[in-house]
Amino acid sequence: MSPLLDTALPDPAHSRHLLQQMLRVRRLEEKCVELYSAARIRGFLHVYIGEEAVAAGVIETLAAEDAVVATYREHGHALLRGVSAGAILAEMYGRAEGCCRGRGGSMHLFDATTRFYGGNAIVAGGLPLAVGLALADKMAGRRRVTACFFGEGAVAEGEFHESLNLAALWQLPVLFCCENNLYAMGTALARSESQTDMALKAAAYEIPAWSVDGMDVLAVEEASRRAVDGVRSGGGPHFLELRTYRFRAHSMFDPELYREKSEVAQWMERDPIRLLQAAMETAGQLPEEQWAALQADVDAEITDAVAFAEAGTLEPVEDLTRFVTSQPGSELTSRAASDHNRARSAEGRAG
Amino acid sequence: MKSTYREAVRAALRDAMRRDERVFLMGEDVGRYGGGFAVSLGLLEEFGPERVRDTPLSESGFVGAGIGAALGGMRPVVEIMTVNFSLLALDQIVNNAATLLHMSGGQFNVPLVIRMTTGAGRQLGAQHSHSLEGWYAHIPGLRILTPATLADARGMLWTALEDPDPVLIFEHGSLYNVAGELEDDAGPVELDKAAVLRPGTDVTLITYGGTLAAVLDAADQLAGEGIDAEVIDLRVLRPLDDGTILGSVGRTHRAVVVDEGWRSGSISAEIAARIGEHAFFDLDAPVERVCSEEVPVPYAKHMELAALPSAERVVAAARRAVGARG
Repeated sequence: MSPLLDTALPDPAHSRHLLQQMLRVRRLEEKCVELYSAARIRGFLHVYIGEEAVAAGVIETLAAEDAVVATYREHGHALLRGVSAGAILAEMYGRAEGCCRGRGGSMHLFDATTRFYGGNAIVAGGLPLAVGLALADKMAGRRRVTACFFGEGAVAEGEFHESLNLAALWQLPVLFCCENNLYAMGTALARSESQTDMALKAAAYEIPAWSVDGMDVLAVEEASRRAVDGVRSGGGPHFLELRTYRFRAHSMFDPELYREKSEVAQWMERDPIRLLQAAMETAGQLPEEQWAALQADVDAEITDAVAFAEAGTLEPVEDLTRFVTSQPGSELTSRAASDHNRARSAEGRAG
Repeated sequence: MKSTYREAVRAALRDAMRRDERVFLMGEDVGRYGGGFAVSLGLLEEFGPERVRDTPLSESGFVGAGIGAALGGMRPVVEIMTVNFSLLALDQIVNNAATLLHMSGGQFNVPLVIRMTTGAGRQLGAQHSHSLEGWYAHIPGLRILTPATLADARGMLWTALEDPDPVLIFEHGSLYNVAGELEDDAGPVELDKAAVLRPGTDVTLITYGGTLAAVLDAADQLAGEGIDAEVIDLRVLRPLDDGTILGSVGRTHRAVVVDEGWRSGSISAEIAARIGEHAFFDLDAPVERVCSEEVPVPYAKHMELAALPSAERVVAAARRAVGARG
């Protein structure tokens, strides 16, 4: 493992942007851990610390009309997709101002406006959804991409194989992003998979696949751009294995008995934020005052988000059973379909 | 016009695909094979392979893809060949289809219809003879339909497609060949009410789906004995139409619930409990239940028949209820 970033730096503004995006995720989640320890937020909490380059690099290459499907370790994906830190934290506080009105929590973040489809607590459960979203796009003739994030643990599930097969068979516009952090909860990859090369598995389904250094945000971005271009231009599904590592435990309940501290320390030397920061400093792209300003911006964003969540209100208990089914005439029913589909429906009625 | 149940379902599918180009049919062998039960025969030729879409044998994958396509604005009708195969897709049905609307705080509804065959009576052995619709009726967020008549086989699909939420339609395998008269202008039907198919004053026989015929037969036999039975076809197992059930029990004061599912933890248990909760003082006799014997359904014809609710068992239960008048 090289402690250095091999990829050439882009222009300073873009480098700074990527650095800031990763730092936003890092600081949000450090705050989550703090709030969890203080019992301000509850439930299961799975943080992404160490893996920020994956979400930052991939989501950077997506367009606004694309869709994102993620897992239960999805705070970073939601944030970088455009859900505000306040709405994310308020959700974890169980507040009405949360992105799911407090009904989802840490593992179930959703946002219609940014086409963020979760937030799924079932490992591999999101993969068939991504295939279906892509199927809808293909059938409607839309050139949109669905990016589907999942861990390497999902690769052992049948839904992984069913989904890759369907996506390849029907040449659907899905970008499969396997976040290989080497541990499915506490089970090391070699203990759960006969074949530990994820890209090879995808290749078995005739899907173009690459393995990428998931600690190098520039490498992730470059590979993702290539893959997204391939998907968007009608090349069917593409697959990225993003080799990364989570610096913290699986969840707040995990005593981490399954791995050596030295292994964690070794990976932390390749902290994706520090790698980019060091490369930028070496290249003269990050004057000290800019770094200080960037950190101050992120800190202010998180401070504001905590204040927003703390000040949030609670949904009335009378609304407990709201959203079990769509209420006739509700806002939801009327916006059940996207603009495109409403338009189509109108055409259908007119015809 | 004359129609079979199978033709009525097919007409409903054809009608739905003609009405709305977002509707498509997806499942194992629905295209070139014409459907495992020949329901979709001919639809591929009319609508093409994009809209009559053969899938691999991967229930979780294609049911999940149906949910995703519904989220993406399509109106998929997913066919699962038989209810036993739906267990491979339970994760997608229960964890995603039923929960996404609530988990997302009302942002993501799933306008998906899943059709599947259910029930026994065709000597298919245990795994192909389950009646698990009552399980699905346990899940908030799903609507569970059990068309027992030609009119419902023809009419429930379109109404289901107009529902913004996931709807599961259970078609009893023994019904496909049933033939009868279907109104020429048969079309969409409402999905909120149970139907009183035969009014009566002495006892209420409550059933749905594949056992309706046996219950109507039982009602005829009972009439011959001077017992005037009211027959309710539930039509919808979730949400249950309490009003029709309780209203009828309020008039007849006796109830027999007939359910091809196993007794323990079944939809019949739920109905009996609701009658007990809300109509206890209307009752002149304990609620009777006629369910399948609690065995995996056997293959041998005589054993299979012995395991399933029959008109004779319904008649006996109704006699007990009426005899309890004292």
